[in-house]
Amino acid sequence: MLIKVCGLRAAYGAVEVLHGIDIEADRGEVLSIIGANGAGKTTLLKTIAGVVRATSGEIIYEEKKITNERSDRIVRTGIALVPEGRRVFPDLTVRDNLRLGAYTLRNRRLKKDLLDLVLETFPKLRERLWQHAGTLSGGEQQMLAVGRAIMANPRLLLLDEPSMGLSPLMTQEIFSLVRKINSEKAISMILVEQNAHMALEFSHRTYVLENGAIVMSGESSKVKSDPAVLAAYFGG
Amino acid sequence: MELLSYILEQAINGLQIGAVYALIALGYTMVYGVLRLINFAHGDIFMFGSFTAYFLISKWHLPIYLVFPITVFATALLGYAVEKIAYKPLRSAPRISLLITAVGVSLFLEYFLSLKGLFGPDYIAFPRPFDVRVFDLKLFSVTNIQLIIFSVTAVSLLLLYLLVYKTRQGRAMRAVSHDPEVAALMGINIDGIISFTFIVGTGLAGIGGILYAFAYPQINVFMGIMPGIKSFIAAVLGGIGLIHGAVVGGIIIGVLEVFVSAFLSSTFRDGVIFIVLLLVLLLRPNGLFGRRIEKL
Repeated sequence: MLIKVCGLRAAYGAVEVLHGIDIEADRGEVLSIIGANGAGKTTLLKTIAGVVRATSGEIIYEEKKITNERSDRIVRTGIALVPEGRRVFPDLTVRDNLRLGAYTLRNRRLKKDLLDLVLETFPKLRERLWQHAGTLSGGEQQMLAVGRAIMANPRLLLLDEPSMGLSPLMTQEIFSLVRKINSEKAISMILVEQNAHMALEFSHRTYVLENGAIVMSGESSKVKSDPAVLAAYFGG
Repeated sequence: MELLSYILEQAINGLQIGAVYALIALGYTMVYGVLRLINFAHGDIFMFGSFTAYFLISKWHLPIYLVFPITVFATALLGYAVEKIAYKPLRSAPRISLLITAVGVSLFLEYFLSLKGLFGPDYIAFPRPFDVRVFDLKLFSVTNIQLIIFSVTAVSLLLLYLLVYKTRQGRAMRAVSHDPEVAALMGINIDGIISFTFIVGTGLAGIGGILYAFAYPQINVFMGIMPGIKSFIAAVLGGIGLIHGAVVGGIIIGVLEVFVSAFLSSTFRDGVIFIVLLLVLLLRPNGLFGRRIEKL
């Protein structure tokens, strides 16, 4: 077991957003979490990454409790978040964005290997290495955001709505590249998506989140053919 | 010809004070960048720099090449302590609390240090560790003080540039100033970067304090107020949060102030600078180089 989330609750002020979430992922596994806007998907990832505080419950990662650790410490344990809306540093070059991704790493050799991996996976970034990240297209920024997270050498990658604002073609491209990283580098992933179709295609297992609670989970192929999911996400 | 050389001479004088404003403005702008705080105590840390240099020179008779590093160390230490004691506990408090605390720290430093036995309330003559010399360059003249100010400022700016744009720590500073939440997700310790920024910014104010006392060798515990406010205006003029903005803003404010004194009247000197602040806030609130407007 790579990560196990038990009874996780989180709130913004007095409003509780997550009402006791249980999920778990194995090494190398890709999970997806689907659900409507406001279901708490982003909050779940942010709580795992230490951006939002958990009010109760536990997050166990590699047999260690990481609940409510500071986010800069959580990165060091091997969890990297690709935030919603990409949030690259627009005034910094693509190269500096990637170097910031590897901020926690000291080993030059490892950093170089990771940079090579990122630039081989996303060749478009190599052409743009010296450009400011703000000048990239949406798809390129998403590649940069994923590449930046890969630079931290994570064993678990959290992806928050990578398809947001991208064309279907670009979404396809990014998903297939991320898939490649998963299969070649055995990086586990938790993907949060409104695009349920993409998420179910992409992942091994899927959790369905509604109003801050998990209402269904299972093999993505099974969830895909569940009548309730079909009705809710694919218009019957 | 005579008018031209007068103008040039005044421009040099403007650059002299402008360089000091630039050094102070950098501290305002860098701290704003990482903490979104106008550190109103910054002018007082500049004053602390002048006094540290005064004690080192007149009481301990230290050579000038030791005065600079020790003063920088002292102001940086004070800046670090102010951040740790006064600002850090308020990290999650509303921003207005932080701002009010900064005003409080400023008043505390001024009135606590004006006690007899500390810096005292009086004006003190600052002993320059060298004689003033004037170099006549036909069209205009420069003093050795001005040459020292220009060269020390230039070296400081170069080192700052290398720090911010060529080092891992500098990248982290820029990342925090763009987006602290994502910077933390990169593994950057935000509190560490904030402390580091205070150290660098107040160290630069220390250099400004020494140079200012060289040029205007009368020091007083309240001497930081006016240069502090003007440097803050310089930082706003250049675009708060922008390093090059602080430098250009400082130089513009310095030159403008000297020109107003020379061609209008020195009574208007400070007033004109405040008019600049009003105009910037009305017409271009994000400053000369700023793109987006940050809410205070």
